[in-house]
Parts: sequence; C-alpha cells; structure tokens
Amino acid sequence: MILKNNVNRTLSDDLMAKLDYKPYTSTEIGNPEIQRVAPKVHVSTGNDKVVDSIEDVVKATVKDGMTISFHHHFRNGDYVFNKVMRVIIDAGIKNLTLAPSSLTGVMNDMVIEAIKAGTITNITSSGMRGSLGDFVSHGGLKNPVIFRSHGNRARAIEHGDIKIDVAFLGVPNADKLGNANGMAGKAVFGSLGYALMDAQYADNVVLLTDNLVDYPNTPASIKQTQVDYVVQVDEVGDPDKIGSGATRFTKDPKELKIAGMVNDVITHSPYFKDGFSFQTGSGGAALAVTRYLREAMIANKITASFALGGITKPTTDLLKEGLVRRVMDVQDFDKGAADSMQSNPNQQEIDASWYADPDNKGAMVDQLDVAILSALEIDTKFNVNVMTGSDGVIRGAVGGHQDAATSKLTIISAPLVRGRIATIVPDVTTVVTPGDSIDVVVTEVGIAINPKRKDLIASLSNIPGVPVFTIEDLQKLAEKKVGTPKPLEFTDRTVAMVEYRDGSIIDEIKEVKD
Amino acid sequence: MEIKQTALAGTLESSDIQIMLSKGTDGIKVTLDSAVEKQFGDQIRDLITKTLQALDITAANVKAVDKGALDCVIKARTIAAAQRALGTTDQPAWEVF
Amino acid sequence: MAENSERLRRTMMFVPGNNPAMVKDAGIYGADSIMFDLEDAVSLAEKDAARVLVYEALQTQDYEGAELVVRVNGIDTPFYHNDVRAMVKAGIDVIRLPKVESAQMIKDLVKDVAAAEKEFGREAGSTHVMAAIESAKGVLNVPEIAAASDRMIGVALSAEDYTTDMKTHRYPDGAELEFARNMVLHAARAAGIAAFDTVFTNMDDTEGFYRETRYIHQLGFDGKSLVNPRQIKMVNSVYEPTAKEIANARNVINAIAEAKLKGSGVISMNGQMVDRPVVLRAQRVMRLAKASHLVDEEGNDIEE
Repeated sequence: MILKNNVNRTLSDDLMAKLDYKPYTSTEIGNPEIQRVAPKVHVSTGNDKVVDSIEDVVKATVKDGMTISFHHHFRNGDYVFNKVMRVIIDAGIKNLTLAPSSLTGVMNDMVIEAIKAGTITNITSSGMRGSLGDFVSHGGLKNPVIFRSHGNRARAIEHGDIKIDVAFLGVPNADKLGNANGMAGKAVFGSLGYALMDAQYADNVVLLTDNLVDYPNTPASIKQTQVDYVVQVDEVGDPDKIGSGATRFTKDPKELKIAGMVNDVITHSPYFKDGFSFQTGSGGAALAVTRYLREAMIANKITASFALGGITKPTTDLLKEGLVRRVMDVQDFDKGAADSMQSNPNQQEIDASWYADPDNKGAMVDQLDVAILSALEIDTKFNVNVMTGSDGVIRGAVGGHQDAATSKLTIISAPLVRGRIATIVPDVTTVVTPGDSIDVVVTEVGIAINPKRKDLIASLSNIPGVPVFTIEDLQKLAEKKVGTPKPLEFTDRTVAMVEYRDGSIIDEIKEVKD
Repeated sequence: MEIKQTALAGTLESSDIQIMLSKGTDGIKVTLDSAVEKQFGDQIRDLITKTLQALDITAANVKAVDKGALDCVIKARTIAAAQRALGTTDQPAWEVF
Repeated sequence: MAENSERLRRTMMFVPGNNPAMVKDAGIYGADSIMFDLEDAVSLAEKDAARVLVYEALQTQDYEGAELVVRVNGIDTPFYHNDVRAMVKAGIDVIRLPKVESAQMIKDLVKDVAAAEKEFGREAGSTHVMAAIESAKGVLNVPEIAAASDRMIGVALSAEDYTTDMKTHRYPDGAELEFARNMVLHAARAAGIAAFDTVFTNMDDTEGFYRETRYIHQLGFDGKSLVNPRQIKMVNSVYEPTAKEIANARNVINAIAEAKLKGSGVISMNGQMVDRPVVLRAQRVMRLAKASHLVDEEGNDIEE
C-alpha cells in the first residue's frame, strides 16, 4: 500500500508505523483537549548551583540515550554548543538525541563529529545548512532527522514528544541561582524566546554564562525556579557574529521591486487598516517591505497593533515612532532590535509557545493579519519548500514558516528565478508549508493569488503596476527563462521527515543520489 | 577549424559562465563545474558542444565554470571564446550568431 | 492620428553590455527604453564578448515591450562596423551613436545600417537611429544632426564628455548645461524627434535627482538617460500628470469625440474653440496618465 498525505506526498509506511506518525491532513487544528507533561524537579535551596567546569556538570547530568538541547539565539556567534559537545564526545557518551531549537553553521563540524563518534544518533531541529545538511542528505545519520517548526517544537515539548533530559543554555548574564536574560552583557541577543521552552520543560537546566552578576538578577527571563546549574565560562559567544548582518537596506533593484509589490499587495488588502498586525522576518526584501510599509502607514494614518516573530531594527524603529504599538519578540536578528528590547517596555519577549504553538489556548500567530515569508521553491499548488535546495540537499529551516503562514494574508516573496534555478516549479522538492495556508505569491514580474481566496482576487486584481498571473503562468514563465531541468534522483532511503505544526508528517526527505 | 591559441571568455560573476578553450586531439571534451550540474549539466555540455560544432571546431578541450548562466549566455560565451581561440574576433561568425 | 502612436520615452535605462545578470533582467523594471551599452561600459578586451552577449540576449529574452536601444562603439573605432551589423541582424529598434558632431556622421551610420539590413535580410528602414551629443561641436551642429535622417528618433545630451570639452564639470544647479540642454531640446522639437537628458550618477543624492528631473521636465525633455533601475520610478513620478491635468485633458478628448460624432471639424469646449496645441497636449497627458496607471485603457480613473 502506498501511503499518501493530503499534499500528495508518498510516505514510507514502515517508518510512519515505527515512529507512530500520522500523515498530514489539514491546516485546521480544531479544538482538541491536550494533556501536557511536566518536568522532573531536583529540589534545592539554590545555594549549590554554581559549578566550575562543563566536565563536572556533564558528568552529573548526561547519560547514554538521553535527549539534550541547546538554543540558537547566538546564531553564528555561538561558542556554547561546541564547548559542551566537545566535553560530551570526549566523555564517550553514546546514543544521544540532539534537540536544539535550530542548528547554525558554526555547529556543523561538531555535529558531524558527534554523529561519527556515535554520540549523536538522533536529531530534531528547525533546520540545518552547509556541511551538516550535505552530510545528512548523503545518508550520514542512520535515523531520520525530524524537522519541526518553532511553534511545533514548543508543542512537541509540551506533549512530551520531545522529552529534554538536559538543556544547555548559553546566556550573556546570570546570577548564582540562574536568573538570566538575553539583554545585558557582552554577547547579547535580546529575546530568549526559544530557550524559554527548554528552561520550562527540561529535567535538568544548565546555564552557561561569561557574566555572573549580583543576585537577584532582573529582569529574569529564565528564572531561578527552573535552573539546576550555572556554569561560568570565558565567553559564550562572539557579539560580532550574532547579528545576521541583514539590517542593511537592500540596493538590489530586483529585491526592491518585489518589496514594492509586496507592499502594494498589503496596502490594497482588506487587512490594511488601523490596528492590523504583521510579521516580516529578516533578509533584504523583508527589510525593504518594512520601510515601504512605514511610508504607507504614515500616508494612511494607520498604526499596527503588533509586529511579531523574529525582529529587526527597522521594526523596532516603527515601535519607537509609534507606528507599531507592541513588538512581540521571539528572537532578535540584529543588535539594534536586541538593544531596543532592553530599553522599550512595549517590546515584549515571548516564548515559542506563546508565539506559535498550535496546541495552545491561543498563540500570537492565530491573531496575525499579514505574514511576509520567503521560499526556496513554490509549486503550482502553492506548496512552499524552505528546506531543500534545488539539488535536493538539505539547506534550510522550517523556522516559523508553517506557523506564520496561518495568518489571514500570507504572502510569499521570492524572485521568479535565482540564477538558472526556477523558484516557481510544478512540484516542490520538499513540501514544508502546505499551499492551503499560502494566499499570494509575489515575484518581480507580478503576483499570483491562491484561487481559494476569491475575496483576495477581488481586492488585489486591479493594483496599478502589479500584474496578476495564475501560478501556472508564473511557473511556465520561469521555465521559459531557465529551461526544463532534469529531475533530481534520490535513493529509497529516508534521511529526514518534516512534521507539519500539528505533529503530522507533511513530507519526507530522501537521500540524494550522486 | 583549428584552434590557434588557448582562449578564455566570460567571468565568474553570478549568471555568467567562464569558458576556456584549448587545443584538443580527441573530439570536443567539456569539463563542467556548475552548481546546477544535476539539473542542467547535460544540457550545458550539449549546448557548448553544438555551438563549437557549428563553428566547425571538431577537436577542443573546454573547461567551463558555470555560475547559473542561461542558455543565451552560454552560447554567447562559447562563441566569444571560440572566436578568440581561432583568432577571428574581428570577423564575427554570423551564421552561428 | 500620428501623435497617438508617439512613444513615451521618459526613461532610457543603461545596461552594461557585458554583464549577463543585468542584461537578462533589464526587462523587469518597466523602463520605456532599454539601452544596452557596448561602448563606455565595456573594456577594450571585451568588446567582442559583449557584442555577442547582447546579440544572443536579444534573440531569447523578453523585454516586456520596451524600446530596445544599443549604444555602439564610435564610428572611429575598430568595433563600430561589427557592432552595427550584429545589432541590425539582431533586430534592434534603435542604434545610438556616441559622440556625434555632424549630420554626416548620422548619414554614414544610416548608410551602414541600410547595408546591414540588406545583408541580413531585415526589412529596409526598420532600424532607427539616435545621436548622443557629447561636445561643443555636437551641440552647435545639433539642429542638422537631429534632421539628418528619417530614421532619427531622438537626440541625447551626454554631459560628462560635454562638460569636459567645455573645460568645466557638473554642478548641482546645472548652469553649465543650460545652453546645451536648450540646443538639444530645440533641435529635437524642430525635427519632430525625442530629446533625452543626460544621466545623474549619484544614487545617494535623491533630492538632487528629483530637482534635475523636475527641471528637465519643465524644459520639455521627453525623458532622461538612467544608470540605475531605481531611478525609473522617480522619473515616472515627476512625469505623472496631476488629477486636474487629467480632468482637463479628458474634457478635451470628450470634446474631440463629440465633434467627430457631429461630423464637425471644429472642436469646441464650453463654447470656446479648442485649438491644435491644446489637443496635442491633452493627448500626451492621457498617454502619461495611462502609463502612470492613473487611468485605464479607456481613460477612466482607476479606483485606488
């Protein structure tokens, strides 16, 4: 029997059965009753938490077969992951499940080493790139990697699908009992949004800091009630590499053209009215959209109730100007946004559950009007791939894509082609976000509106300078430009499974054939 | 036609392809380095070969470094490299254009 | 009416001829004219490569109905003849000749173009030409140059070389270009062809760009040569007619329609006769309004 899900992807029935997975059916979550789990608590008065060495704390906490976690708020400036993993590998520990919020480039070599050493045998992450993605896509890890969105990771932790035994969380400041935040110190990154899940649900919470401050440390994002150990290290991160460096306004005329059209789509939609909310993400075009949106908000005397998600300085500038009333901040992409969280009380740190967990009593994404998201590929069913490259190799992350895509107006902004690779294709290599949650695709030549959104077709069809195409027409246009590619070849082996945000399987990623 | 000298055309910028053409003895041999090898490698080699054949070049070693060039660019760079290698840049091969 | 088929030429975007990324994407920015440059933007060693690159791109890429122009190398260079032949063979709309100083240069170009049309079996007269005026001599001879051939569609002022020739350089107020601009513009109008103003290269000086564009718009230039696609929107916004101008123009157009309906040769509005210049201006305003997406194809307001 061939098992197919509702985005027409063939799934391996043996793996699905073995891992007890259900195929993806729908973006609708409904109103189920959910039982959450609770962590084990090692009772303490808190006076014995500070330890001298990572070795000691690893020895005390990590055993074969456990699940360990990290956050990725330091991004490519992270020192914590490699320091801790070095000790764990050297201690000869085996069969760990690695469950970080995501994996960044600086962690790649260490993960590969840990896999080869048998230290890591399972991974769940938002994504992976570079040499690690290549390694996994070529069958380097025996068990399939499980990719989850940020909201889904929160859900999985609350359900106990991810049961974290030990969380190693780097922070730029902490006191001796573990009160900590991401805002003060040398390697600041602002919101601790993803790490707050680990702090709340892991059986053992280990903080690592290069900045032990006087007790009690406030504001405390991570609280002493959650923390088992505080380890002092030389440096937790490289401040220069934490920022994504994307705050520079793009000068690329193609990106600006796309951003201009995204802005036109938003301002002509029924959602552009006082009190609307939006999420833009990072990257050149997203920052340009934020700037155009600012001009449109001023011209139309409109303010937004909130901006959501990963935050950049152009967004916190809107907050300062009063054009946005609240910034709901799960992570900060640059130093400007991180600094603003410290100084502006209207920039609220939110955890990944509050941000995007589908099994919640209401998540922020449920209230979101407009989301602008990117894509590696979009197909004629509006399905989006942000996970595998055109060569089939893993080089991306689900991030908040599936979560934010549930907004009322979800716009995918992407060039029609990149170099010789079409962005709009007949079928995406990997379905990450289902087409049902995508409303408009914006390219440099024009837009395509999801035919299911008849209301949007009415309001967006006559925007001056914004031609409307069918998604099939855009796909043909792209193919005409670059030619018809030879289909990719994969083996039968599954190297990764992509969950939808509700924990069902939306697609599998196969080993590439080279 | 005989290749007189090793010649180069195109750059390593995005959307370009750099073609290096040198004397060969055993037909047209194309070595291609491309990020889109899997999807377009065969097509690119084929286009380079056909373009050279149209210029009556039957033996050549081609080293191509592709940065996501479209067919029109690949053809243009191949013609430019070939005419340089043949020493005929001032007499464009109109029949191939 | 001939005036109705007159092309809008607000923006002529320069595209370096040897840059594949820019050559292939040139069509997406909505320039009225795209000018592929084989001259100053291409180094001597790459003239052959740029020529064939632009040729192949013209065969395959979709430039969305823009007028396609190529700036060939100067008549006194070894590249000129093959540039002209290649571009005529490619079916280019317009060949732009740099550093034109006499009507004879245009006549020579036209002869070469005609020969190339014959050589490659293109329709005789299908390739147009235009002249770039880049020197004192060129400015003084521009009336003859503009009228040198039926194939001429425009003259463009090129200020960098011109100001050097004049022993000055460019200033923010443009006083050094006053005479040249007026000469080029008058020559173009007298010959019934388009006038293009020079490029503005400082992309960081948005205010300066707007100031200069408003100024040349006021003088009466058709448009401007541009170095960056980002300038297209800015020029178009300067050339955008006001709501009042559109309303006025629409009244004139309606009056024409009414006169036609009545079979009357005299167009009148509010009891007054409408003379020809008013009609021409109204038609131009409606063309600009359509291009600026302010009115639809029928001339009705687009609801925002």
